[in-house]
Amino acid sequence: MQNAPVPRFFRRTAVALSIGIASLAGAFPSFAWEPTKNVEFIVPAGTGGGADQMARLVQSIIAKHNLMKQSMIVVNKGGGAGAEGFLELKGAKGDPHKIVITLSNLFTTPLATGVPFNWKDLTPVRMLALDQFVLWVHKDNPAKTAREYIEAVKKAGPGKMKMGGTGSKQEDQIITVALEKRSGAKFTYIPYKGGGEVATQLVGKHIDSTVNNPIEAVAQWRAGNLKPLCVFDNERMPYKGKVAGDYSWNDIPTCKEAGVDTDYVMLRGIFMAGGVTPDQVKYYVDLMEKVRQTPEWKKFMEDGAFNQTAISGKEYADWVAKAETLHLGLMKDAGFLAPGKK
Amino acid sequence: MDEKKPVTSMRVAELVMAGLFLAFGALVMWDSRRLGSDWAEDGPQAGYFPFYIGLLIVVSAGAIIFRALNLGEKGRAAFVEWGQLRMILTVTIPTVIYVALIANPWFSLGIYVASAIFIAFFMWHLGKYGWARIAPVSVGVMVFFFFMFEVWFKVPLPKGPLEAAFGFS
Amino acid sequence: MQEIQSLMGGFAVAMTWFNLALMFAGVTLGVLIGVLPGLGGANGVAILLPLTFSMSQQPGGTTSAIILLSCIYWGALFGGAITSILFNIPGEPWSVATTFDGYPLAQKGRAGAALTAAFTSSFVGALVAVILITFISPIIARFALKFGPPEFFSVYLLTFSAFVGMAKGTPFKTIAAMMSGFALAAVGIDTVTGQLRLTFDIIELLKGFDFLIAVIGLFGIGEILLTIEEGLEFKGAQAKLNMKVVLETWKELPKYWKTSIRSSAVGCLMGIVPGGATPASFMAYGLAKKVSKDGEHFGTGKVEGVVAPETAAHAAGTAALLPMLTLGVPGSPTAAVLLGGLLIWGLQPGPLLFVEKADFVWGLIASMYLGNIVGLIVVLTCVPLFASILRIPFAIIAPVILVICAIGAYTVHGSMFDVWLMVGFGILGYVFKKLDYPMAPLVLALVLGDRAEDSFRQSMLGSQGSLSAFFANPLVGTITGAALLLLFWPLISKLVSIARGRSAA
Repeated sequence: MQNAPVPRFFRRTAVALSIGIASLAGAFPSFAWEPTKNVEFIVPAGTGGGADQMARLVQSIIAKHNLMKQSMIVVNKGGGAGAEGFLELKGAKGDPHKIVITLSNLFTTPLATGVPFNWKDLTPVRMLALDQFVLWVHKDNPAKTAREYIEAVKKAGPGKMKMGGTGSKQEDQIITVALEKRSGAKFTYIPYKGGGEVATQLVGKHIDSTVNNPIEAVAQWRAGNLKPLCVFDNERMPYKGKVAGDYSWNDIPTCKEAGVDTDYVMLRGIFMAGGVTPDQVKYYVDLMEKVRQTPEWKKFMEDGAFNQTAISGKEYADWVAKAETLHLGLMKDAGFLAPGKK
Repeated sequence: MDEKKPVTSMRVAELVMAGLFLAFGALVMWDSRRLGSDWAEDGPQAGYFPFYIGLLIVVSAGAIIFRALNLGEKGRAAFVEWGQLRMILTVTIPTVIYVALIANPWFSLGIYVASAIFIAFFMWHLGKYGWARIAPVSVGVMVFFFFMFEVWFKVPLPKGPLEAAFGFS
Repeated sequence: MQEIQSLMGGFAVAMTWFNLALMFAGVTLGVLIGVLPGLGGANGVAILLPLTFSMSQQPGGTTSAIILLSCIYWGALFGGAITSILFNIPGEPWSVATTFDGYPLAQKGRAGAALTAAFTSSFVGALVAVILITFISPIIARFALKFGPPEFFSVYLLTFSAFVGMAKGTPFKTIAAMMSGFALAAVGIDTVTGQLRLTFDIIELLKGFDFLIAVIGLFGIGEILLTIEEGLEFKGAQAKLNMKVVLETWKELPKYWKTSIRSSAVGCLMGIVPGGATPASFMAYGLAKKVSKDGEHFGTGKVEGVVAPETAAHAAGTAALLPMLTLGVPGSPTAAVLLGGLLIWGLQPGPLLFVEKADFVWGLIASMYLGNIVGLIVVLTCVPLFASILRIPFAIIAPVILVICAIGAYTVHGSMFDVWLMVGFGILGYVFKKLDYPMAPLVLALVLGDRAEDSFRQSMLGSQGSLSAFFANPLVGTITGAALLLLFWPLISKLVSIARGRSAA
């Protein structure tokens, strides 16, 4: 019954019920909490995107290695820039059978639209990884470094060079604005619906550059259609295996090295509804740790050049709080805040 | 009551529907003004298209109202007769109750039990079947759907106390 | 003829008893999924993904896995037509246009013919698309890259132009219905600015109006209400129930070869771009209506009116797999889930897939041929079975349909609000029908409105607000020109006839 977004009154009874069950479980300390029914894994984005891929990978790994007695079901709830998924979890207070994977829209959507939710409505479980952003241009672009490209953008003047990205007032546009502030260059930002589409538009030269995640653009890099200029992080990506020809992820300079000092990473982490017990949180923390140990996960991390920082507990909550402040600042600077948000 | 007697005329139905369109169009225009409905330097703003869409709805609703007022003889024809309305209500009212039974703030049955009751009611009320036919059909269909959605394809649908008793909730 | 060699290699990979069994299982499951609104192809594929994950560990297992998944996809494409024809309820978005003539056919007692025509045309459309993929995929892939925002907009405009002017009755009702579709499509978050539009702070409206909910309500529930008003019966119960109807329909089908070719072309184009199977089916139907001799009788139950949208939808659905494989851009939600599958199996969709994993790609292409043949056999043998559903007494089938509609509406977003919305749309559908408001323009606007507006505004951002973007190169110029020509065709032909009349006088 807790699967349905039932009206508030009823939910309260359901909450009371599940708390009852939870406290019952607590009465037998030798048995740790375990899901008693299928777990819904909410993706606050459409099918095929980065978060969706990661969620489906986790689901497959869990099924393949029998890490959970019950099934995990991936549900896409991407309406309203992810607000649909987050609001459902916010409303499912105390329900331990729902988890959500986050994108930056955990911060950006409430700030940009004023939709009433905050990460504090949820319970942080653990960070799975951090997703990187890379500045990509077409292989025919004469610029060899990020600095050259930015100089070319400045020279062309405002409104001439097009930066493509996913969504509006979300991570891709935030990075674009941050880049503009640091360098003085002016892009025309064109929002698309998905990362794969953005990469394809760059290959077709309908835009001049993108800030795609590595996994979104790697296939086109390997095929020699795109080239990476710099990664928006403080350190180079650690993966030294050859990816495209003689180049590895590690060969891509940081944007700071390249002379355009901008950095941004995106959280790929797990949250539960508010009001769940520490036992329940621990179950998912352990589950995700098991997932992280599998070869499939490790390969996925390497293919997508993820930053494998993975923390949980208080450390994770602190990280999220810091990230929220960071986003508030970035969005404020960019003028993306919804009216009424401080 | 005379089954053939009209409940309402075509003219009234036309006017009501056009009135709804008028209100809807106005609402769309109003919200679009809030968003900004001009053509900015770099193309249309968020409310540009919706504003003119709303305007077109309002204009066509106006035209439909004008025509409805000048329908003449045709306007007096029946939109729906009492007998027809009664038939429609025998479906609509149970459907509304059915949807309300699936999930409501007081007593939710879940979709499977509510559907079984709904099918049973329909067969009994409209088909005049005996319980020997009703029970296997209504229960059988929903058991099939239950396995299809919950067990096989793992698409969670709203569930109630009965499913909970079997350990599905 | 290197392709033929590769393809033969592919057949060798795909043609094992195990794989053939998987094809039958996949197609049957897919049909079942396609029939029930709410269990889309994306669902079926997503559920089986974990299973295929362990399958793909065995040698040759990846090919078996993708065969199973893609056959579910074929099956769902076939299955979507069944409820459209029998009950006016589109099981999948791309079978909306199939209801326009398929349902009237069923009402005339020709459900078997409609189903046969739908299945056969689906097969033909898919076959054309697969052949295209087999032989000229590199060219197609390059062509797809030419599509930027202005090109997408011009394609959507073309779809509209092909479709408008179809409605009978007063133009004001058509405009009101179509504009309402656009307005509903605008509800939710605006892609270009990230602003919330027409949501009025109502949380349920954040996710926007889903096209499937509107369609289930307007067509499905609305139709049941109309049927009930006439008495408690579905027409068409006298449908023939033997396999002869298949052969008889086949005799009729070759007559429509022009429609088949045109619709296949439309479908392939829309699949590759990727514009999607749903616009493809609308465009093909609209074009067929405009071009065919029989055009004015469309909507009253013409086999040709079933052939056109089904051919296009299936051609598009098949062709959509190409951008997925070569570009990593899914052409449909199901393709998106399949794409996730590829990644999980350790395959990287992209230009290099054809080079690095040639045996997998050719195995997949071979399975497209085989899967469609298997699919056609499965669904055609079931035609009498499907048609016999209409013989079930109304008092049993009507509530079951309503239940299926409710489930279908619920599963779109897992929200009861949508079920209520569907009931509302049902009543609206009934009133629309009684007052002669056309529903097709509303549905088309709801499907395409959002995308058309997005691509228009993306184009404007790129061109700094200059409309010249839509004529900036030969490709976009041609499509826009064709769209405008179609749009103003009634006007132009009138002018031409007036001019002719004068010169004759």
